[in-house]
Parts: sequence; structure tokens; C-alpha cells
Amino acid sequence: MTQLLAPGHRMCAGCGDALATKFALKGAGDRCIVVSPTGCIEVSTTPYPESSWNVPWIHSLFDNAGAVAAGIEWGLKKLGKKEDTTVMVIAGDGATFDIGLQAMSGAFERGHDMVYVCVDNEAYMNTGIQRSGATPYDASTTTSPAGKVSFGNPLPKKNMPAIMADHGSPYVATASIAYAKDAIRKVARAAEIEGPAYIQIHAPCCTGWKFDSSKTVEVGRLAVEAGLWPMYEMIDGRIEKAKKIRDRKPVEEYLRMQGRFKHLFTMEGGEEEIARIQAIADWNAEYYEME
Amino acid sequence: MKVIHAAIVKPGTTLVNKTGGWRTFMPECNYELCNGCGICETYCPDSVIVKDGDRYAPNLDYCKGCGICANVCPKDAITMILEGK
Ligand SMILES: Cc1ncc(C[n+]2csc(CCOP(=O)(O)OP(=O)(O)O)c2C)c(N)n1
Ligand code: SF4
Ligand code: SF4
Ligand SMILES: [Mg+2]
Repeated sequence: MTQLLAPGHRMCAGCGDALATKFALKGAGDRCIVVSPTGCIEVSTTPYPESSWNVPWIHSLFDNAGAVAAGIEWGLKKLGKKEDTTVMVIAGDGATFDIGLQAMSGAFERGHDMVYVCVDNEAYMNTGIQRSGATPYDASTTTSPAGKVSFGNPLPKKNMPAIMADHGSPYVATASIAYAKDAIRKVARAAEIEGPAYIQIHAPCCTGWKFDSSKTVEVGRLAVEAGLWPMYEMIDGRIEKAKKIRDRKPVEEYLRMQGRFKHLFTMEGGEEEIARIQAIADWNAEYYEME
Repeated sequence: MKVIHAAIVKPGTTLVNKTGGWRTFMPECNYELCNGCGICETYCPDSVIVKDGDRYAPNLDYCKGCGICANVCPKDAITMILEGK
């Protein structure tokens, strides 16, 4: 079978975004139309005059993927051609949490039948690792650099799945590139459900998080095992089936693998910061009933 | 000045860009250890591992040498070796 995303794209060796895109396409199947706002996935799959996509694909603006997908969905419906076609957005976290939130909010409010996949690499990677609303507490980025006066990003990660669930979305889920089958199943389920569905896929970025390209899946798995990336599905706003974690790993193991948290192990006061991050994982474990 | 507002290009055309040239290390599979589970194929970000009979093998024209396949292989059948060019 032809790969829905052909090789030859320019995503970095070991890119988590590439895996998330591959799984999203596997889940949605070949009867889909994809909208991508600007970001690593868009830039590296479509250097003019080439394209890696083997499904219809359109580049929206950075800020209006939700509106473009809504227009496609409406157009197909008016033409009587919607049938089993899935309209799917594949967008970065910057495009989702910050820049495209308004257009996306409108689309979810109106209830368009679409699957919105946020590929969450926890910063604006394509422009060189700037902090976004998805960047976790204490991660060092170029706009939240760790140094004498700072431990990195001072703000907690925004709870985007909850925001989308509160829009009345019938299906919201979190997934990870480290759990391929689960991610593919969730996208397939989202495509089947009528209405605006939201899936946030954790996608470690070796370049921005600073770890070896061979460890993308390992890092992703550790985020889940440490309780920092809860995996769950929400049906009509209610959490269903959060993934159980046996023998939760200390967050330190996850942090230690990545250059973006290196300062926590060298700076004075780093220990207390790690304890704060551990508290986030403990809160997750209790809230999502992981144990 | 002619301004291009939008363009339509042919699908799957990045195939002209052979990313194998990016590689420093090359995956080498020991088929005595490989049990054909296909986990390497699942987690290759570039979708370059293909099934050839009951064997999985990377298409070296496009393999970027990231090393994920070697890292996820449950049988430790794949080793990344420095490629002599
Ligand atoms: C309106 C607008 N502002 C800024 C940019 C520049 N820009 C292009 S890609 C990008 C970062 C994208 O970040 P994200 O959505 O997280 O995707 P990633 O590259 O991390 O996959 C930025 C800031 C733009 N293209 N348009
Ligand atoms: S910067 Fe990160 S997300 Fe972007 S292509 Fe490279 S590894 Fe992928
Ligand atoms: S080294 Fe990376 S690109 Fe090459 S086959 Fe293995 S996973 Fe794929
Ligand atoms: Mg991003």
C-alpha cells in the first residue's frame, strides 16, 4: 500500500511529529482531507513544488486551521459529498493552544464534523524552540531560557483537552507517539464520531527537547510512565478510561533524559523544582485515577 | 510582479528527495535474532522500513539513521553501525 505520508520529507531524523502524523493518517484512513497550519509538519512535508501527502491536503494560515476545516466540512455537506470523508486538522501546539485557538473555538462551538489532532511537541519548534501554552513548567526554551534568574518556563501547561471538552465536544482524547496502537485507535474512533473531536498527541522533539534522535519513543513512554502525560478519553465531557500506570516512575528519570531540563540538575534550588514537577505528576495520578 | 497566492502540487512527490544522504549511522538487522514482530516498522518516523517476505528491512535511499528502530526492537536485533561511504 502507498504510504499516506511519503518518505523524503524534511522532518528531523527521529522526529516525534512525523510519528504522530503517520499514526493520525493510519487512524483516519485514506478517505480524509487534511488541513495543516504552519509548523514543522507543514514546512517539512511541502517544500514547493513537492508534497509528501498522498491524501488531499491544504495549508491554512497559522491562525485559522479551524475555520478552513469548517469551510471544507460545510462545503462537502452542501454538495452532498460528505459521506464518509473525514476532515482532519493536523496542527502543532503553538497553532492550537495559542494562535489558532479562536478559529478552533468557533468551529467547535458550531459543531462541525471534524477531527482536530494537536501534535504536541510542547513549543514553537519550527521557528526555533519558543515557549507556547503547551510548554511544561521549568522547560528551558529560547523565550524562557534557564539561567541565573530563572528555572525556565514559569507557567504550567494549559489544560487544552478540558477546554475543548467544555466546548461540548463529544470526543476528546490524549495519546502518545510511544503507544502507536492506542493513538491510531483513538483517531479512528474520533473519525467515526459525529461532531468536532479533539485529540492531543504527545510528540517528543529530539531537536527542541535536546535528546538523542534514537530516544524519541523512549522519552514519550517515560512521560506516560512518570504520570506527566495522562492518557484518557472523554466522552461528552466525562473522563472515561484513563490509562493505568503500574509502578509509576519518578519524574526525575524523565527529566534527566532531556537537555531542556538539564539546569534542574545543576542549579542551586533545582531539587525543589523537581519536587514541584513531581507534585504535578502526583496530582495527575490522583485526578485521572491512574493507580 | 507576478504573485503566486496558492499552488497545487502532485501527491507523494517528496520521493525525489532521497534523505538517505543525511545518515551517519546505518541500521543493521541480525535476522537470527529478529522475530518479525514489525515494531521497527511501526515506529520508523520516515516509514522507510518495508516488509520483504517475512523480513523487515529499511529502504536505505530514505533512512535518516535516527536509530529509533534499534532502540525499540524488543529482541535487540538491530545495531546502528557507522557507515563507511
Ligand atoms: C501569524 C503567524 N505568526 C507567526 C508565524 C511564524 N511561525 C511559523 S511556524 C511557527 C511555529 C509553529 O509552532 P507549532 O504550532 O507548535 O508547531 P511545531 O513547529 O512546533 O510543530 C511560527 C511561530 C506564522 N507563520 N504566522
Ligand atoms: S524540530 Fe522537532 S518537531 Fe520539528 S522537525 Fe525537528 S524533531 Fe520534528
Ligand atoms: S534508523 Fe530511523 S529512519 Fe532509519 S530505518 Fe531505523 S527508524 Fe527508520
Ligand atoms: Mg510545537
